Amino acid sequence: MLKIENLHVRVEDKPILKGITLHIKPGEVHAIMGPNGSGKSTLSHVLAGRDGYEVTAGTVIYKGKNLLDMPPEERARAGVFLAFQYPVEIPGVSNVYLLKAALNAVRKHRGLPELDAFDFLQMIKAKTKLVEMDEKFLYRAVNEGFSGGEKKRNEILQMAVLEPSLCILDETDSGLDIDALKIVSDGVNSLRSADRSFILVTHYQRLLDYIKPDHVHVLAQGRIVKTGDASLALELEERGYGWIDQTVGVAA
Amino acid sequence: MSAANLIERYQTLADSLPGQNLPWLNTLRQLALGSFEATGFPSPREEEWKYTNVTALEKKRFEPSSSASAVPVDKEWLASHLLADTWSLVLVDGRVDLALSDLAGLPATVIATSLSAALENHPDRVKSLLGTALAREAHGFLAFNTAYFSDGAFIAIPVGFNLAKPVQILHVSTRNEGLANTRSLVSLGANASAKLIETFVGLPDISYLTAAVTEIRLGENAGLDHYKLQVETDKAYHFGGVYVKQEKSSRFKQHNLSFGGLLARNEIHAELATAAECEMNGLFLAKGRQHVDNHTLIQHTEPHGSSRETYRGVLADRARGVFQGRIVVHPQAQKTNAEMNNRNLLLSEDAEIDAKPQLEILADDVKCSHGVAIGQLDPESVFYLVSRGIDQETAKNMLTFAFANEMVDKIGLDSLRGRVQQHLLDLFPQTGIRRDWL
Repeated sequence: MLKIENLHVRVEDKPILKGITLHIKPGEVHAIMGPNGSGKSTLSHVLAGRDGYEVTAGTVIYKGKNLLDMPPEERARAGVFLAFQYPVEIPGVSNVYLLKAALNAVRKHRGLPELDAFDFLQMIKAKTKLVEMDEKFLYRAVNEGFSGGEKKRNEILQMAVLEPSLCILDETDSGLDIDALKIVSDGVNSLRSADRSFILVTHYQRLLDYIKPDHVHVLAQGRIVKTGDASLALELEERGYGWIDQTVGVAA
Repeated sequence: MSAANLIERYQTLADSLPGQNLPWLNTLRQLALGSFEATGFPSPREEEWKYTNVTALEKKRFEPSSSASAVPVDKEWLASHLLADTWSLVLVDGRVDLALSDLAGLPATVIATSLSAALENHPDRVKSLLGTALAREAHGFLAFNTAYFSDGAFIAIPVGFNLAKPVQILHVSTRNEGLANTRSLVSLGANASAKLIETFVGLPDISYLTAAVTEIRLGENAGLDHYKLQVETDKAYHFGGVYVKQEKSSRFKQHNLSFGGLLARNEIHAELATAAECEMNGLFLAKGRQHVDNHTLIQHTEPHGSSRETYRGVLADRARGVFQGRIVVHPQAQKTNAEMNNRNLLLSEDAEIDAKPQLEILADDVKCSHGVAIGQLDPESVFYLVSRGIDQETAKNMLTFAFANEMVDKIGLDSLRGRVQQHLLDLFPQTGIRRDWL
């Protein structure tokens, strides 16, 4: 699904990622953990194609294609989805309007016809139940006046509608209370399948109580310093990131 | 070109002007002519015209129409600009064409006709209205209009009458290098209410000058919704002034939708008596080399009045926009509540906006606020949409459309709102976005 090899990324003149290598197979869930400033969000933004990041070395191959050559809209159409840490409020654009425009762009790319109004609405209504969202949110402006939890649920709703192959969740758990966290996690779990992969970027282990990862990577100072299974997350929870920083310090 | 030369050019008009048998009107026209002779069209040296230069007009020769010269108007094209379920008065090149208008079933107590007919049939009523709602600070366009207006609409709604169906005044220009110089008078008696739409259009590709002045008098507790949709051709020059005098507790709600014209100046001025309410909503869009100037003036002359003004502008390419919003609270106008807000979106490096809010508060117990913002599309928002698979151009168009559409949503007339949305979609073509999703 995704092969990141020796990825180096700079923001302005500051190196942020210093040689990331990560292979993700279809159906796998990878958690990327690490302290603030370790480069977690940079990695998710670079994969989604956001401006302002300069790749100075390395490659990213997604489904056999050079991901870094693709503009962000093509990545999205090819099945890469980023759930934002801070979803943007867009006054004047209704949720349902965005969903339809996005879905049609993605379907067109896949060679599928547009859904007619009836089928579209049926489908959207089913998906809103998945994230326990009231249908009235469909007709409100995108994220405008939504609570933190509502915004994150809206991200998962978009993900459920667009049915991507690679889902990147950037700190989706931040700012969520336990009920919202559970709803979001249930939504994500229901989307898990043999041909869909996930990258969960998170600071805390608690998200991983609800979404079981296959692999856990610890990112520190722009490098993956440790890789393990779900038990690594528990170890981090117990010992904190200070332990990792020490390890990196010694290695350097 | 001096004003004297201009007058010589337009003096040929004099014989065809309506109301020549009325001495008071001849006097009024003579006074205006004298004033126009002294000043010509407004110059950028005048403070209120600082950002809009109309000297190009003086070099052009715009031919007024005689009744014989009108080009026959294609009925289908005309119908495309008429709103459903309204009474209509159609002006072609500055003269009402009753054959094209639809006033069937108009209640007998309501007058809706041409100004020239009103000058013949109700000269005293015209006399009691003409010039009485004009801006205190007159300028060359107003003098020119008074001196040479060829016709206009005359609408009078009696005391206590609620005109359920809207009236549309459709101003059509058909001739290249033509002039349409009109004066319309609208009066609502006490407790009367009505909805009025003024639409300005021209046949494709022609260049012409529209100088349209509308004076509105609202009696005590009367209510008028006024919509102006300016979709002139992109070679047209447009001066359109709406001047309103509001009696006690009257309500005036205005929507100024300005999309067309090479150079357009919209003036909307209101004078409010005790406890009168005024709402001004504006949306102006310009691209290419269009220049659009919005000049608003709200005068609170007595206590307890309220006004709320919201204007949005979108400027693309090398277009230039102007928002001059002035609110004056006179010394006796205590307990006035006035809000003004103007937000502008610049879509290109070469686009320009001059925004000038002016609050002149001469009373001490008032609540007044104003805010102006100028910005570009938010890159975060563009990326958010693009990351969902929407292409860059569509994403930008969606955001621009959304910014403008918030003003369109305020339009209370369904049929007009649909038209305006269609204009917006035409200006910002969005792949795969359709009106039925809105």
